[in-house]
Amino acid sequence: MPALPSSTPLSWYLILSAILFALGVAGFLFRRNIITVFMSIELMLNAVNLSFITFSYKLKQVDGHIFSFFVMVVAAAEAAVGLAIILTVFKNRQTLEIDEVSSLKD
Amino acid sequence: MDSILFLIFAAIAVACAVNLVLQKHPISSALSLIGVMGSLAALYLLLGGEFIAAAQLIVYAGAIMVLFVFVIMLLNAGTENVEHKRLWSRYLGVPLLVALLGFVGYIVQKVLPLSEGVRFGTFRNGSPLEIGKALFTSYLLPFEVTSVLILVAILGAIVLARGEVD
Repeated sequence: MPALPSSTPLSWYLILSAILFALGVAGFLFRRNIITVFMSIELMLNAVNLSFITFSYKLKQVDGHIFSFFVMVVAAAEAAVGLAIILTVFKNRQTLEIDEVSSLKD
Repeated sequence: MDSILFLIFAAIAVACAVNLVLQKHPISSALSLIGVMGSLAALYLLLGGEFIAAAQLIVYAGAIMVLFVFVIMLLNAGTENVEHKRLWSRYLGVPLLVALLGFVGYIVQKVLPLSEGVRFGTFRNGSPLEIGKALFTSYLLPFEVTSVLILVAILGAIVLARGEVD
């Protein structure tokens, strides 16, 4: 077993961010429950935040932190509106399956 | 020590994310997402982002996930029906995902040299003091616009959830 480096390579953080983002995309594409699809979007936002913080560390600047702070704020607003939309859809259709809510497609 | 902590929290994050995608019940997915967010907060701490780590726990793992769990409870969301996936997506999806990640990993490893690493405590600009200074000087306008965004989101949520929209 190779010895672990004394300091974590920056690339590990970026690869972890890529893995989390890819899993979020997979959940977004394959899940059929609208709430789970929404949670996959949150997972993707989190992965992007990790990239921001990592690059902020590399460039020794605070701007990445500010950006991920704004991402959090937008995610909170998005969650409030999105969940309200989900509530309305459920009230009108009595379903959470995204395949059955497709009137915009027809 | 740093890399051991990183590996532990990264493993938790990836395991919880895989669990989020694979679970059939939304409440299990929500709890896995809380696990991802908690371990990501620990990773932010390792990168020196004290304020962001606290905000991650309070805003994401606290407020947003409570909202999710509340909606799952309110709608009484049950187990998802397992539908028949297309053949190519069942057999090609995971290998393609692994290939994509391998490619991205290779590129990232190549671009970033291994020599410079993350050491806990070397980045000192992540404290609330520094964040506040940047937020209220160079990022003042975006910060104020954000307050308008939040106001619009509150109004939108109230109008939508009140009903009679069809």
